Amino acid sequence: MTQLPTSTEKKLGLVIDLDTCVGCHACVISCKGWNTTAYGAPLSDMDAYGGDPSGTFLNRVHTFEAKQEGCASQTVHFPKSCLHCEDAPCVPVCPTGASYKREEDGIVLVNEDKCMGCGLCAWACPYGARELDQMAGVMKKCTLCVDRIYNDNLPEEDRIPSCVRTCPAGARHFGDFADPESNVSKLVAERGGMDLMPEQGTKPVNKYLPPRPKADVNGTQAPALEAQSEEITGFLGWLDRTLEKI
Amino acid sequence: MHPAPSVIVFSTISGLGFGLMLFMGLGLPNVSGWVAASFATLALGLAVIGLLASTFHLANPKNAIYAFSQWKTSWLSREGILAVLTLGVFFIYAALWAFMDNRIPALGYVAALMAMGTVFTTSMIYTQIKAVPRWNMASTPLLFLLYASAGGALLSNQMTPALMLLGLVAAVQALAWMQGDTALERSGSSMETATGLGNIGKVRLVEKPHSGENYLLHEMVYVVGRKHAAKLRVLALLLGAILPAALILLTNVNHVVVVVILLSHLIGLFAQRWLFFAQAEHVVGLYYGAR
Repeated sequence: MTQLPTSTEKKLGLVIDLDTCVGCHACVISCKGWNTTAYGAPLSDMDAYGGDPSGTFLNRVHTFEAKQEGCASQTVHFPKSCLHCEDAPCVPVCPTGASYKREEDGIVLVNEDKCMGCGLCAWACPYGARELDQMAGVMKKCTLCVDRIYNDNLPEEDRIPSCVRTCPAGARHFGDFADPESNVSKLVAERGGMDLMPEQGTKPVNKYLPPRPKADVNGTQAPALEAQSEEITGFLGWLDRTLEKI
Repeated sequence: MHPAPSVIVFSTISGLGFGLMLFMGLGLPNVSGWVAASFATLALGLAVIGLLASTFHLANPKNAIYAFSQWKTSWLSREGILAVLTLGVFFIYAALWAFMDNRIPALGYVAALMAMGTVFTTSMIYTQIKAVPRWNMASTPLLFLLYASAGGALLSNQMTPALMLLGLVAAVQALAWMQGDTALERSGSSMETATGLGNIGKVRLVEKPHSGENYLLHEMVYVVGRKHAAKLRVLALLLGAILPAALILLTNVNHVVVVVILLSHLIGLFAQRWLFFAQAEHVVGLYYGAR
């Protein structure tokens, strides 16, 4: 049903460390790799080897630059996937009952056997976490690797989302935010974990750890290099000027 | 937002059909027999064409039947259910009127109310979306209702109410555009809140996550549609409201003039609805340094 649960037993989600992420996109690839062969329809690519390739991804890494006047800029790699919001706006808008949020662990999922591909849930999501697969015609989104985290057939160390398992920098953490003693809850408390677009009122479960304060952003930058002269001298300069005149 | 032709046709044409049902529900135009039947056919035909057009927007229409199930939370589900019920009630009312010469006013009022209810639910599909601040305003349902009833007045040849409704359409539309132009700023969402990096400084996008297009950009960040926005606004107001109103006021409204009025209103309405989608900024654009 598309009614959101008033509360969930667990609040499973991710912590993404913006200080540690190196922007390698390994989580993007491993997500696509796992999820194209697992839950629901494959994540299709259109015109994959042509001039205008596009495809369905559940996780994408943006790169931003934040800069204060007079300070050095900071580059921040920014992975973005479904935040499994407590007040998920994508769920109640669904007309078919395909979208739902699980009462037991708070994961937001799409039942593809009911999805009619109207795209309204993708419109309702402020974060761009849902993409309509252009081949299957159904809505795809992060499942928090629901088919890994409870999967007894996998070795225990693999029972975490594929993106977390893959991250070579250790910038992604998975856990239960309802438990104040969990690894993710502690990280959020220690590092000031934050919500994306809190003003949208979605109450995201996933939290982002802000980049740690940098010691040397104020003024201790290397001096700027002197501008190179654009003028060409010598024989080539003479040739250039002569050709210019002709 | 992407101004998909299917959705533009759906919301405009079905609106006109339900608008005509509003006036016919009130017993207007005062006709009977096959003339009443033709008006009713026009109303039902427009509504059905509009609703059918909306199914072309679906990527997986084989599951469309489930869309009638989630009326407890979903405005789209409510719209589907109410639209079908309205068509049924209006059909019975109009059949009794045209073929049995027995117009039941009470049933007409119910049909009129349901027709406006359907237009309201259509408008709420857009109004409810907080991530599109330009839609998330009280003027959105008001405009949908005004456009539908103005079109209904024109179609049912009720020129005095049409004149008043066209005036309201123009005024509310102009105000909604003015209010809408600052809606994104007023929503409080920015690249700084989207990334949470605001306390470091001003945020700009260095690299998109992908080199090409994707669904999000095509569907929600369709900025090319805004190219002729200023011209289209003038066109929408001029053809949608001002020219029809002027023709009603200044000419002896005969059949030819009615056709001109209707065509002008329809073109204006299409321009308005194109802008309604094309100019609507989705906050996901902020992750792409766009608006």
